[in-house]
Amino acid sequence: MIRSLPHSKTYALSFKLYIILYFTFLFAPLLVTCVLAFNDSQFPSLPWKGFTFEWFTGNLPERVGIFHDQINLDSIWVSGRVAFFVTLLSVSVGTCGAFLFEQEDFRFKPFLYFLMLAPLVIPGVILGISILMFSTILGIYFEEVWNLDVGLFRPGFWLVVLGQFSFIATLVTLVVSARLRKFDRTLEEAALNLGANRFEVIWHITLKFLRPAILGSAAVAYLMSFENFNTTLFLVGSEATLPINLYLQVRDGSTPVINAISFLLIVGTSLAALTNLYFSRKESQ
Amino acid sequence: MKRQTRWGLFLFITPVLLWLFLLIVLPQIDLLIMSFRTENDSGDMMWSVSNYLNFFDEPIYWLTFVRTAIYSVLVTFLTFLIALPVAFYITKVVTPRYQGFLTLLLLLPFWVSELVRVYGWMILLRESGVFNHFLLKLGILNKPIEMLYNDATMVLGLVYTSMLFMVVPLLSVMESLDNSLIEAAYDLGANMWTILFRIIIPHATPGIVSGSIVVFMLTLGNYLTPNLIGGKNSLWFTEQIYNQFIASFNWNQGAAFGFLLLFLSSIAVWLGLKLTKQSLRKVVQ
Amino acid sequence: MQIDLSVQNVTKKFQEFTAVNSVSFEVEKGRFFSILGPSGCGKTTLLRMIAGLTEPSSGTIDIRGKSMIGIPPNKRPVNLIFQHLALFPMMKVGENIAFGLQRRGENKTVIKKKLRAILERVELSGFENKKIDQLSGGQKQRVAIARCLVLEPAVLLLDEPLGALDLKLREQMKVELKKLQAKVGTTFVYITHDQSEALVMSDYVAVMNHGEFEQIDTPQNLYNKPKTPFVAQFVGDNNAWSGRVRQCNESTIELETVEGSIFRTKFEEALQPGTEVDLFLRPEAMLIQPDPSIPNLNRFEVVVKSILFDGANSRLLANPFNADTELLIALPQNRQYDYIQVNDKIEIGWDEESAICFPRK
Repeated sequence: MIRSLPHSKTYALSFKLYIILYFTFLFAPLLVTCVLAFNDSQFPSLPWKGFTFEWFTGNLPERVGIFHDQINLDSIWVSGRVAFFVTLLSVSVGTCGAFLFEQEDFRFKPFLYFLMLAPLVIPGVILGISILMFSTILGIYFEEVWNLDVGLFRPGFWLVVLGQFSFIATLVTLVVSARLRKFDRTLEEAALNLGANRFEVIWHITLKFLRPAILGSAAVAYLMSFENFNTTLFLVGSEATLPINLYLQVRDGSTPVINAISFLLIVGTSLAALTNLYFSRKESQ
Repeated sequence: MKRQTRWGLFLFITPVLLWLFLLIVLPQIDLLIMSFRTENDSGDMMWSVSNYLNFFDEPIYWLTFVRTAIYSVLVTFLTFLIALPVAFYITKVVTPRYQGFLTLLLLLPFWVSELVRVYGWMILLRESGVFNHFLLKLGILNKPIEMLYNDATMVLGLVYTSMLFMVVPLLSVMESLDNSLIEAAYDLGANMWTILFRIIIPHATPGIVSGSIVVFMLTLGNYLTPNLIGGKNSLWFTEQIYNQFIASFNWNQGAAFGFLLLFLSSIAVWLGLKLTKQSLRKVVQ
Repeated sequence: MQIDLSVQNVTKKFQEFTAVNSVSFEVEKGRFFSILGPSGCGKTTLLRMIAGLTEPSSGTIDIRGKSMIGIPPNKRPVNLIFQHLALFPMMKVGENIAFGLQRRGENKTVIKKKLRAILERVELSGFENKKIDQLSGGQKQRVAIARCLVLEPAVLLLDEPLGALDLKLREQMKVELKKLQAKVGTTFVYITHDQSEALVMSDYVAVMNHGEFEQIDTPQNLYNKPKTPFVAQFVGDNNAWSGRVRQCNESTIELETVEGSIFRTKFEEALQPGTEVDLFLRPEAMLIQPDPSIPNLNRFEVVVKSILFDGANSRLLANPFNADTELLIALPQNRQYDYIQVNDKIEIGWDEESAICFPRK
């Protein structure tokens, strides 16, 4: 049973074993991926043929390490830029949404709240195709009526940004709302009473209070955008994001360069996750 | 004060309305409309239900649809079965000293891109994979076997991918379960199974529901995992959608499939909430 | 005397519920004015209307002769100390206090000078860079006061700011607040449900119940000459006793209690014989075993039910002989009454002047 109650040895032992198995299941694929990034072999598989950094730094015709692999580097750069704009957009709009649903009253509020939750229930693939179709129709319309060729409406960088933003903004709204709900509104009244206007109150008091939630959700938004596949798949143009690019490579056979990229991703995201966690713990103390 | 409030409302509601209407509502309506349009013999677009009729006429379509739904339910249930003891162990059994560390460890793999995780399983399980390598070395096998590209592996991959979304709500709901309730039940003569079914599961229902909804949805809408490690003849419905859009370039047929998937996922969410008498608002919080 | 705050016929309705019903009062400059009432009596709503955080349904509020109707809270010359202080946790002490000055756009050197002066006044010099959560309860209190006083408001509103403190600190802060108010000379409007806070600190107290003012008076008068049964019971402890008027003459009435005791007492308004009345008698107005020679005493016998020892505030719980009305009788701890035991029968006496009676409504 629970730790405060007496329990049998077998119970404790079998539970421990289960947990160990679970964590093995959790980490085995990642660990193997990381280890094989350093195997001196043409394929990401055993046997172990010795330790090498060549899948990172190599620049030979048969072994191009990730640091010299222009296509992969480009896709990382695209993903980074997409994630930056998605984060910027979804944090601004999501914070507006949190204020709207927590602090304002208007007709149709429950309806709008329901709409805001909808992206959680709509599979990413469908978000992708519906935005693709809608933007295509808009594109055709603009071209026929005003004879304008709007690049935004064609699959490409900005459509990927918009597609990812459409559901990541919901996430930000929920996270920031949760924090805003804990906000003591007498602090706002106190600030009003001390002579601040509504916007000064939001700027000096409420946003300061929301800062940990905003920063935390920004980190999550960045990561989600960086790793998004389902929605991006339909909206991507000539500039492939990293997950799309990796997918194409994995589907068509694999080289240890993919392991090297995975290794960098695992280390990078783990560090980001740990920093995020560290700061959110510090703020909440 | 009044005028300022209205300005605030205006400021907050504008970006939210733009977001929800341009990226969610209108594209979904467009999706619905497109699914009822089809090209007639002379190449003009016209209203018709033929896209939906095609779905029912062609067994491969509706079989894939049913298969996807059934497997998603299975994956959801398996994920729950595996995650429940883990959440229980971490919140109630392990010494509090390790609690934070284990939770961190539990979440860490899920910050890493889904693609990397699936890739990890691929190099573990394929014919030339790490698993086969060890089985051969140990003499258990004398010829490597292909463990990828079958339904069991696909289910394993899907369970692995969606684990986080079950564990996190379970952890938080278990955290809020008062230990003294379990102690009281024990004191009143209950055994482990009675406690599980009468105390723990009723208390954890909101977490179970929200976890199940998210897992079901994500599994239903998953593309990567079935595509990369599922069998050649074990199609996932998202792949059908992709094929219509990208391969056959039949967007109207794809829209109909997309709408069917959306319908299935909405029905599942609605049913899940109705059966357990939860509200969407409560579940997302 | 200049009137700093004038409230006339202010009413606040929330849908069907009337929180504040046609309240009027004026506060002179430099006064410590309290509004005392049980929770839910509408005192907080009244205060929020003065601060501008709630709009009244009708009536006028003037501060220093200027009408405040339609003026937003950030433009009013009043400041409010919130019940839980509402210090900004994301700012240091100095930033909290400077917040209002910065909103007014005062220049940095002036802000610095004023900040230093006000910190000295509330005896928190050197606390400028402390975080809010590093302060004790009493220090937070003083920061909240400093944050408002630095803006030199015409009226300082205080919403039960001592409620969250523990008993010892509360006693101490009562005295401190009174001294501070005398020193700065700002008009204070203080609301509380704690009668001791109101009585100790205030020049005038308004007793509020069900959205209306029952009486506005000095603390002494509220205690000694309550104008309504509610005030008699709410301010200080009181024994309520029901009875019927037998006779009414020029200065006293004679009444018969339900148990049949006959008492003479003063009254507020002339009453017809036969009127049902409530008699209010303070525990300390009752003398235990009074000397037979004292004149004008109403005398009767009680049976001691229980001795409620509470130091200087000790009481006897007793029933009048052969009756079950419960009376609280002050028990002075001067050793004179140590012989009294439970179930003893003792004589009680009270002066005709020391009780008050009201017709039953």
